[in-house]
Amino acid sequence: MTVRKNQAALTADEKRRFVAAVLELKRTGRYDAFVTTHNAFILGDTDDGERTGHRSPSFLPWHRRFLLEFERALQSVDASVALPYWDWSADRSPRSSLWSPDFLGGTGRSRDGQVMDGPFAAAAGKWPINVRVDGRTYLRRSLGTGVRELPTRAEVESVLAMATYDMAPWNSASDGFRNHLEGWRGVNLHNRVHVWVGGQMSTGVSPNDPVFWLHHAYIDKLWARWQRRHPDSGYVPGGGTPNVVDLHETMRPWNDTTPAELLDHTAHYTFDAD
Amino acid sequence: MQQLSRRRALGAVAAGAALAAVPAARAAHAADGGHEAHDSPEAFDEVYKGRRIQGRSRTGGGHHHGGGYAVYVDGVELHVMRNADGSWISVVSHYDPVSTPRAAARAAVDELQGARLVPFPAG
Repeated sequence: MTVRKNQAALTADEKRRFVAAVLELKRTGRYDAFVTTHNAFILGDTDDGERTGHRSPSFLPWHRRFLLEFERALQSVDASVALPYWDWSADRSPRSSLWSPDFLGGTGRSRDGQVMDGPFAAAAGKWPINVRVDGRTYLRRSLGTGVRELPTRAEVESVLAMATYDMAPWNSASDGFRNHLEGWRGVNLHNRVHVWVGGQMSTGVSPNDPVFWLHHAYIDKLWARWQRRHPDSGYVPGGGTPNVVDLHETMRPWNDTTPAELLDHTAHYTFDAD
Repeated sequence: MQQLSRRRALGAVAAGAALAAVPAARAAHAADGGHEAHDSPEAFDEVYKGRRIQGRSRTGGGHHHGGGYAVYVDGVELHVMRNADGSWISVVSHYDPVSTPRAAARAAVDELQGARLVPFPAG
C-alpha cells in the first residue's frame, strides 16, 4: 500500500529514488504529457463554460485522479516511490530542506529566474522545459517574491472549518470549502502557493516544476482532513448541473471515474499522519 | 534568437517614444466599474517595459475564454481569461487575478523578462 509522507520526513534514499523516478519519466517523454494535459484544462476551464480541472467542484477529485496517474507512472519506474506532500504552512521558508540541492533545488537567480542547483537545474542537463508558454527552456523559480508569505496554519484551519463543500455558481465566485481551498476567494491557499513559488509554477504549465506534485499532494491531504472533520458534508452538486461535474458524472480526460469514486483516498493510498 | 528579441525590443522602445508623445486614442466608454460582466473592456495599445502590449475586442467568431477579448505582446496573442468577478488572468500568471486585461498584459511582460511568447493554438 502506498503511504504518502511529509517531504520533510523523507530519508536521503527516499529523496534519491523519488528524484530518479521523476527524471526517468522526463527522459522517456511521459512527464511532459502530464504538463500538456494540465495546461489544456487550465486553458479550457472557464467560469461560465465547461469546467472540470479548476474553478469548479471537481478541482479536488480531478487533481486526486491526476496525481494518482502520476504516482502510478512513478511506481512503474520504481515501485517503492510514493508522492510526498509539502505542508507549506509548516515548511514556509526558501531555506526549507525541500529546496536543498539533494531534493528539488532552490530558488532562481535574480537575473533570469533560472534555478541553478539541484537535479532539475538546466545545467544538469536532464530537465528541459519542452511544454512551455514562452521561449525559455530552463526551470525558473522566484520563491517568495510574487507574494511574500505562504498561508499560515491558522489560515488553513479557517478554511477547514467551512462545512459546505461547494456552492452555486460552482466556479471562482463560489463560497464554501472548495473555492476557499483553491484560493479564488478568501485567504487564498492553493493559488497563493503557486504564486509564492513563481517561475513555471505560476503559469498554466505549472507541472513543469516537480514541486507541483508535492503542493497538490498536500491540497489533497487537506481535502481528506476536511472530510474527517465534516463527516456529514459531501461532494456537491448531486446532479443535473450544466457545465459542472456532478457527483456521479465521469470526468474528462479519463471518462471512467466519477467524483463519487474518488472520495475515499484510502482505496489508493494512506498518509503518514493525520 | 537572443539577437532577434533584442532587436524587436529595441524597435518597440522606439515605438514607445512615439506613443508617449501621442497617446493612443482611448475608447469612449472608459471603464467606470459599473459595467455588466460581459461588456468588453476598452481597447489599449502601449509600450510597457520596451514591449508593445495591445488589447481589443475580438472581431472573429468562435469560442474564446477572454470573453471575446484578445491581448497581444509584441504581436503574439497572450491567452487571457476573465473570472466571474470581473478580474483577469493569463496563461503566464494563471493563479494571480488582476483587475484589467491591461494589468494582465503588464504582469505577463514582467513575468517574461524579455522572453518571447509562444503562440497558443487557436481555439
